[in-house]
Amino acid sequence: MTNLTRRDTMVLGAASLAVATSLNTPALADAKTADESLAKLGLSGASASADLVLDMPEIAENGNTVPLTVSVKSKMTADDYVKRVVLVADGNPAPEVVTFNFTPASGEAYASTRMRLAKTQNVIAVAETSKGAKLMAKREVKVTIGGCGG
Amino acid sequence: MSNIKPRVKAPKTAKVGEIVEIKSLITHEMESGQRKDKDGAVIPRKIINKFVATANGKEVFSAAIAPAISANPYIAFKMKVEAATELKLVWTEDGGAEFSDVQNIAIG
Repeated sequence: MTNLTRRDTMVLGAASLAVATSLNTPALADAKTADESLAKLGLSGASASADLVLDMPEIAENGNTVPLTVSVKSKMTADDYVKRVVLVADGNPAPEVVTFNFTPASGEAYASTRMRLAKTQNVIAVAETSKGAKLMAKREVKVTIGGCGG
Repeated sequence: MSNIKPRVKAPKTAKVGEIVEIKSLITHEMESGQRKDKDGAVIPRKIINKFVATANGKEVFSAAIAPAISANPYIAFKMKVEAATELKLVWTEDGGAEFSDVQNIAIG
């Protein structure tokens, strides 16, 4: 078969998408909401804390790339450190954003990245410490031009 | 894909006990799986889904990355320098391809 019709290409594409998603989709891609996503990670019931700072702009000029920084006040010693910070968004096609995993060798529980926001929504950060404490911070980001290809 | 290139900013030297910031970027489309082509077919997802930083072979920081992270993923993190360090950063793409970069931090 030298000529692939467009129908063939689409079937090929759909098949490879099915294979690709089944191989690469982590379990929590099935979570429909931000709360479900946190629950699947064992992070429900976090309490808002000023020790966790989620820094994001109030207004995102471009939803394709919105900067964010998380930092948690912590000694970061072997007996008391931040293990991970999970970020979820409540208005994107899928809630998961990123999970940052820290060690005492991190020195500071700090990370910065850029994310896509489809529309105005809340971004929620939950930090979990080695002692089992769960901290939460939330930011509402207004988006003028959405960034999810839609 | 030869156009997937890491770019890393790390200090060349640090004092023992100093906490330094490492800034990383890798050129990558981060195809989210949400977009459709002009025929209406979904463009399959293909993203960098994991980032791991090791210092002298020991993991110091990592990130599990979802499609919500922007194209050309930028990740900055901090690290406490205890000794001369070989810092290795590894990015893993859906499907298992790996891209890496090594930075050396001397004590001084």
